[in-house]
Amino acid sequence: MNAARAWLLAALLGLIGSAFAQNLLAVPERRIVSDLTGTLDAQQQSALTEKLRALETRKGSQVAVLIVPTTEPETIEQYALRVSDTWKLGRKGVDDGALLVIAKNDRKLRIETRYGLEGPMPDAVAKRIIAEVITPLFKHGDFYGGIDAGVDRMVKVVDGEPLPAPQPQGYNDDSWLSALPIVIMLAFVSGAIFRAIFGRFFGSIIAGGVTGLITWVILSVMGVAAIAGILAFLFNLLAGAVSPMNGWSNRGRGGGMGGGWGGWGGGYGGGGWGGGSSGDFGGGGGGMGGGGGASGEW
Amino acid sequence: MRLGNWLLVPLFAVLTGCGYNTFQSQDETVRAAWSEVVNQYQRRSDLIPNLVNTVKGYAQQEKDVLTQVTEARAKVGSIQMTPELANDPEALKKFQAAQGELSGALSRLLVVSENYPQLKSDANFRDLQAQLEGTENRVTVARNRYIKTVEDYNVTTRQFPSNLTAMIFGYKTKPNFTVENEKAISTAPKVDFSQPATQK
Repeated sequence: MNAARAWLLAALLGLIGSAFAQNLLAVPERRIVSDLTGTLDAQQQSALTEKLRALETRKGSQVAVLIVPTTEPETIEQYALRVSDTWKLGRKGVDDGALLVIAKNDRKLRIETRYGLEGPMPDAVAKRIIAEVITPLFKHGDFYGGIDAGVDRMVKVVDGEPLPAPQPQGYNDDSWLSALPIVIMLAFVSGAIFRAIFGRFFGSIIAGGVTGLITWVILSVMGVAAIAGILAFLFNLLAGAVSPMNGWSNRGRGGGMGGGWGGWGGGYGGGGWGGGSSGDFGGGGGGMGGGGGASGEW
Repeated sequence: MRLGNWLLVPLFAVLTGCGYNTFQSQDETVRAAWSEVVNQYQRRSDLIPNLVNTVKGYAQQEKDVLTQVTEARAKVGSIQMTPELANDPEALKKFQAAQGELSGALSRLLVVSENYPQLKSDANFRDLQAQLEGTENRVTVARNRYIKTVEDYNVTTRQFPSNLTAMIFGYKTKPNFTVENEKAISTAPKVDFSQPATQK
């Protein structure tokens, strides 16, 4: 009896466990046009890609197309939001991206509009594109025709609204200027602490390393971080030589862990997304989406 | 002076290690997520007068459903949606119940409108319907995000060592959203064939 109950409990727990452990679909690699169903041939894909890439160079907005067999176990709304968040569609701070997801076997589609495009393409417009442009063609089995017409309409809609002009390439911002006070304070504080513990030379090295590292974390631009680290190191070395209050007082303990840090922050640069002919967009970095857009079925 | 410098180290460690800053940033995240929830519910409320008027134009005899929607909206509007509301389990429950009632009334309205082909083909109505659908999805997204941020906050409140900080400063776990229509989900939908739609 007890054994039966234990078995039942175990089975029940297993059932609950498996219900929670539903594996979500992996998010595919970001491309302008991705077809995981083999519906479009290479020529059709590149024609769509060219259209959307032209939109990006003209307006900066990023509209992507993704065809999947199914979005199970998620709804198409959940899946579209997850993919567009992972892909960070739209420019940083502008968030002008949109994603057309087609779940072929589910016979469902969705236009996921991100914040920056909700002005020119509110939900009602997205719904119209789906209901009046795309699905009538899908009903006849004309997938390329539907997607192509839908993309054309989306491009026209996006073109209708003035957005910030696209930046030539890569991105540069002067956020490092705003980080300058923090960096100077870091150099001071960490210098005072580490010089007191590890002595002037090693303390300065560590202070430089810490400053560089934190600058890198804040800005995620390695060059600037490295310069900040080196400057912090030099500053502390000199300050230690001049100031009588810190100095060699703790020399006996020094050296234990100095070494390795140096002024270099780390391995990754901030840079752009590369782009070029890989089938991906030139930029990216939009924030989270809010679930705007519209869904439909055929 | 040297002693002073030595004291800086543990102070620094304590400030970052006790989770005080984590509380501050997570609390702010929760507030932001709550604002988004309120924002989207507000957006839904704003759509309703237009929707009700449009439906009225074609389906005046559906008075019951229309009144239900209007009343539910008024009820929702009477609740002050402040961030403090989110910290009070009772108030949150009430807020959720009111919004749930409005959701129910709205979906009844949309079901009823299926019986009026002229209404269904009205461009204005279709746009409003699309906006309403979009807003419902946004509400879902905002609620999910809110649930997650509250979860993070509550974990910090309970976990060692930040629970000590919570004790000192009196931070409490926050109430969270629950599944809105638990009953509706657990009872199977009833399919009724006895009254076919009369209008064509």
